[in-house]
Amino acid sequence: MQISMKVNGDDVSRDIEPRVLLVHFIREVLGLTGTHWGCDTTNCGTCVVLMDGQPVKSCTVLAVMADGHDIRTVEGLAVGGTLDPVQQGFMEEHGLQCGFCTPGMMLTARALLDRNPHPDDAEIREAISGQICRCTGYATIVRSVQWAAAHPLATDAAADDGAAAESTAEEVTA
Amino acid sequence: MQIPAAFDYERASDVANALALLERHGPESRVIAGGHSLLPMMKLRLARPDWLIDINGLTELDFILREGDQLRVGALTRHTALLESADVAGLFPIIRDAERVIADPVVRNRGTIGGSLCQADPAEDLSTVCDVLRALTVIRGPAGQRTVPMADFHQGPYETAVAQNELLCEIRFPIRPRSGSAYEKVERRVGDWAVVAAGAAVALSADGTVDDAAIGLTAVGLDGTVPEAEAVLQGRQPHEDLFAEAGRIAAAACDPVADRRGPVDYKRHLVEELTRRVLRRACARAAGAGQG
Repeated sequence: MQISMKVNGDDVSRDIEPRVLLVHFIREVLGLTGTHWGCDTTNCGTCVVLMDGQPVKSCTVLAVMADGHDIRTVEGLAVGGTLDPVQQGFMEEHGLQCGFCTPGMMLTARALLDRNPHPDDAEIREAISGQICRCTGYATIVRSVQWAAAHPLATDAAADDGAAAESTAEEVTA
Repeated sequence: MQIPAAFDYERASDVANALALLERHGPESRVIAGGHSLLPMMKLRLARPDWLIDINGLTELDFILREGDQLRVGALTRHTALLESADVAGLFPIIRDAERVIADPVVRNRGTIGGSLCQADPAEDLSTVCDVLRALTVIRGPAGQRTVPMADFHQGPYETAVAQNELLCEIRFPIRPRSGSAYEKVERRVGDWAVVAAGAAVALSADGTVDDAAIGLTAVGLDGTVPEAEAVLQGRQPHEDLFAEAGRIAAAACDPVADRRGPVDYKRHLVEELTRRVLRRACARAAGAGQG
């Protein structure tokens, strides 16, 4: 079946079997292996991607169900070579050890901050409660998201603009 | 790697089209909405439909509308939308109580109320919620539309009144003055199925006595509500002793089985305690509620 969707801003179109799961479409058909494939049972959340801006577990979505939708994976977090504040936050606050859960954690964090730019720790823990990390005990993940909340990009519009993105990069690394 | 067996897939454009597709593809076709129950079952070959009819494009079934003395909820309404609705929180706090403990926030972005009810898992939370709120389901099929009360909707584990060629379209919740409701679940970890959960809805008379009470239990082998426990509340002033008595009756009336979530004694204990708690909270909410 022919499907088309936007992935990280690019239009993609492929002919696939209806039974292909979105996680495998992203990893194996598109070659975007930043999205991890974990428990396969909707529990661990490492396969989380954003579908029209909302986190979804891509092991439990058929690729054909994403036809016509907008998908964002971890590869789409950095814009114009500038890390998303969430990515920077995970670096600054040691939000990962092995890194397996990190792509899903960061996308959920991005979606949370888009809706709620100043979450408290409880709201962050609630947002990531469907995702499992076996290294950090979550404390550093919460701190990473708080770091990102404290260091937002100027605006989306400014981030798209070359000059503004540069000044934002300075802010982020400052 | 878990992959469903091969199937054909078609996307419905509206309710009439979905019904036509179900009719055309016959008994081996299944409707898919959020897919968070059906796809895991297909991966495990517990379900093996030849056709999937995708109804995610049926935006006409995605609504929460307060209309007169009822709240109308479209079957395709996602859990997240129910959790975030101010109307739902104000009118039926039990829905909010339950939605907070259904799976996890990411799953709630996809799962739907219609999917939950039609899956009819014995440990499913919204079935109990709809039971105690005495909701009506609106089902459409080739012969037109019919309304089925929740009491007749469930026909056993994983079986409902919705025939293979029909579609659950809407759930209607009657709005009652001086009413309150609550849900509480004990689970082993966040997002798990209930070990036991209880729900209650109460409407008070003008003098503060109980006009109507409904008590529902999740995952303890009961279909529908617990009329024996509800009866002791009828016409009485809400009181801690009354809640305790209803809890004892509910614990005796249920029929739990021992499994890895716990032995029978433990589950009965939970029923007794949770029934008491949800009645206490539902009555307090009803006492604080206005005319609806």
